[in-house]
Amino acid sequence: MSIQYKSVSELKTMLNNNDISNAELIKETFSLIKSNAKLNAFITLNEEESMNKANKLDNSPSSGSLAGIPIAQKDLFCTKDLKTTCGSNMLSNFIPPYSATVIKNLENAGCISVGKTNMDEFAMGSSNETSFYGNVQNPWGKNLVPGGSSGGAAAAVAAGIVPAASGTDTGGSIRQPASLCGITGIKPTYGRISRWGMIAFASSLDQAGPMARTAEDCALLLNEMCSHDDKDTTSLNEDVPNFSENLNSPIKGLKIGLVKEFDLSKLDNEVVKIFEESKKHYESLGAEFIEISLPNISLSVPTYYVVAPAECSSNLSRFDGVKFGKRCENPKNLEELYIKTRSEGFGDEVKRRILIGSYVLSAGFYDAYYKKAQQVRRLIKNDFDSAFKSVDIIMSPTTRGPAFEVGSKGDDPIQMYLEDLFTIPANLAGLPAMSIPNGMIDNKPIGLQLIGNFLDESRLLQAAHNFQMSTDWHLKTPTGIKS
Amino acid sequence: MSWETVIGLEIHVQLSTDSKLFSGGSTSFGAEPNTHVDLIDLGLPGVLPVANREAFYKAIRFGLATNAKINQTSTFDRKNYFYPDLPKGYQITQMALPIVGKGSIKIEVDGEEKIINITRAHLEEDAGKSIHDLFDGETGVDLNRAGTPLLEIVSEPEISNAREAVAYFKAIRQIVTFLDICDGNMAQGSMRCDVNVSVKKSNDTELGTRAEIKNINSFKFIEKAINFEIDRQIRILESGDSVVQETRLYDSVKNETRSMRSKEEANDYRYFPCPDLLPVVISDKELKEIKDNLPELPDEKEKRYVEELNLDLSEAKIIASSKTMASMFEGACAKTNDSKLVANWLVGDISALLNKENIDIDESNLTSDNFATLIERISDKTISGKIAKSVLEEIWETGNDVDEIIESKGLVQIQDESLLETIAQTVIDNNPSQVDAFKSGKDKLFGFFVGQVMKETQGKANPQSVNKILKRLLS
Repeated sequence: MSIQYKSVSELKTMLNNNDISNAELIKETFSLIKSNAKLNAFITLNEEESMNKANKLDNSPSSGSLAGIPIAQKDLFCTKDLKTTCGSNMLSNFIPPYSATVIKNLENAGCISVGKTNMDEFAMGSSNETSFYGNVQNPWGKNLVPGGSSGGAAAAVAAGIVPAASGTDTGGSIRQPASLCGITGIKPTYGRISRWGMIAFASSLDQAGPMARTAEDCALLLNEMCSHDDKDTTSLNEDVPNFSENLNSPIKGLKIGLVKEFDLSKLDNEVVKIFEESKKHYESLGAEFIEISLPNISLSVPTYYVVAPAECSSNLSRFDGVKFGKRCENPKNLEELYIKTRSEGFGDEVKRRILIGSYVLSAGFYDAYYKKAQQVRRLIKNDFDSAFKSVDIIMSPTTRGPAFEVGSKGDDPIQMYLEDLFTIPANLAGLPAMSIPNGMIDNKPIGLQLIGNFLDESRLLQAAHNFQMSTDWHLKTPTGIKS
Repeated sequence: MSWETVIGLEIHVQLSTDSKLFSGGSTSFGAEPNTHVDLIDLGLPGVLPVANREAFYKAIRFGLATNAKINQTSTFDRKNYFYPDLPKGYQITQMALPIVGKGSIKIEVDGEEKIINITRAHLEEDAGKSIHDLFDGETGVDLNRAGTPLLEIVSEPEISNAREAVAYFKAIRQIVTFLDICDGNMAQGSMRCDVNVSVKKSNDTELGTRAEIKNINSFKFIEKAINFEIDRQIRILESGDSVVQETRLYDSVKNETRSMRSKEEANDYRYFPCPDLLPVVISDKELKEIKDNLPELPDEKEKRYVEELNLDLSEAKIIASSKTMASMFEGACAKTNDSKLVANWLVGDISALLNKENIDIDESNLTSDNFATLIERISDKTISGKIAKSVLEEIWETGNDVDEIIESKGLVQIQDESLLETIAQTVIDNNPSQVDAFKSGKDKLFGFFVGQVMKETQGKANPQSVNKILKRLLS
């Protein structure tokens, strides 16, 4: 029985019914990874340990809620004794001595980490083109980008190789590739999932989350990924609800906000059409739509591109060739050690953001840029707070369009930055947000974004599950994928 | 026209917490290089800092003891610069909102008191150490010290000369050791300071251009470095040049300061709020608990010693100024009633011995128990003050018990007046010429007779009895 395109819950049932053994499942997974190697979704495979774990589970079954489920981990999470590159040449030799809390949480629940997925370098990118390890192919088209930065994760799930993957989302890095690859992904409230062991890009925005085929699976994964962690002082000390509990409750009366300031008329007709159809579908499920105003939302992208680079310029200072990671050959002196190591170790996009970040933090510019950006960020947060007084969730397209061609935005960073127009606000405000497939344009999937109130992931998942129970966009599979 | 000096000090006090400011790494001194380094201290990708509350409590103790404003909400910032012993490429410090705000401390120079205002005191992590001379052509890095909590105490520029600067440093050292927040060990680098010096003409209202002398770690060097720097700046100004704003290093071997980097070469530290750490909020309850458990400070001790224990002010000052001296004093007084005698011995003979060996009292063999017994034996006339000195010397050498020393050496004072009278009579009989001279008015010879009796009794005679008997026999 093929495991390709099976969801987490389907695989759980298959394992429970002994339709397949743990070892068979993992073996099959690696065979899918290898036959689809051209997708370039993985940087490092963890085959031997995965097989050992599967065999062990066959011998002594575990009670973990995700026992035996293969999962692909974004190569930005530290995995003990398993190479972790963050998509960069800088860490091409880095083997962490410890595992991220979220990795531990998933593995404690029985997940088997089959490999580390390709990604934009240090999570900086929206097309996976900045990875040192090469582009990832979108399973929906040879020349299409999978989105980014969690591009490898999205491609692996979309190709049905793994039922689930971990991702991270700083400005849309879970939702945008989920949209472009036709899968489901959720970025929970900032602080829901510990950042311990996540290689930092922009600390105040970074948040991990699951990527899977369905909202139901995302709930299952989220149940295990979330936890308060004493090692991360920004992790929330809040009870983690059972996210699966309310999935099937009807959404009659759900108040959905439509952002007045999101000018959809500038989008492609097809995108607007698909969005309108989804609206109608939600109305048929009993939801009502209310126009809301987020007056400062148009400042999101510029605000983000001050805050995120500022934090990144500081976070990436530790990659200096002194203690771990890459070191240049034969530096003449300390300054050359720094300059050569960092020139060789980082790619262009990372360098660009370090430069922007250093600039906005420098003496004399701090007030005009960083401080101002933080003030605007507060205003955006306040806008959401007032909006959520009258609506339960907010809905928008996830992206401006479907997957674009490799290289098509390469020369213009601004065009690439605008890719995150709809996703960035939720990061700035720390709110949970997800993307679910809601249509196809020229056989390319596209996603619908749902933004929730603080800690209200359950309602998002419920709205998404209700949609998926009555539509089949999430069940579409690409052609040309090897089985 | 005379020159006026303006000095400000930034003192780095290493707080005596068990673990580091943001990790569980140990802070103990002297371990093998890079053995007290955990994932966080190493700045590995993905690690996050967690603030050590104990360091905050210690900083708050300092704030309360210097009448400072305590910021119950304080925040951390990042100071970005590259150096191999700075693992993350930034130092976490408190720039915008430090735990301790404005305070003040009293100093004394030549009996003159002066208040020096303290601008702020903030927490920050120490860097590691670069070792340049151990490996040929390479630099070693020891990260044991990286992440150790420091309290940086910044004074207002209100210090007028090198001696005041030293007095200020000593006052800070006294307070942090009394508060038990730092061991005050300057040789191990537990306290270091950066000195900002500028000079101006006395009638100038604006401050002169300053130079900062980095990382001085002894009283002597602070004084020398400042005096060198004042001379240097005056020489420059008098020759018509201007002082360059720069960072300088003090070379103790050559006794000079040298330019390290000018303002233009200075780093732009790109300070910004550390996004990994939430503001640290200290509750009213925590603050009250720290307040309630604050130890008695030198000023308060001094006052109590004078008012309640009747010590002279000068003695009280000396004893109260040192934590170990005060605790020896208080320990001994708890076991004997004669606190004045305890104080006399501490300030007199014991201080002399300490000075001679240049050690602190807690490094000596003297314990407060043994010291109290010694005082008791003087009070109850078991031994004379003179014998007590030799007993003290014996304790100093061996640490033996006072009563055992008295017993084994047969030092018990001779109280038997008939025995003393017999000895005194023999002395008089053996020295007829001195008796004649005494009787003809040479009063000073009385001491000779006392001395002879003491000699005959190996010093064990009760001196008051000897005086009384000799007076009678010689009249």
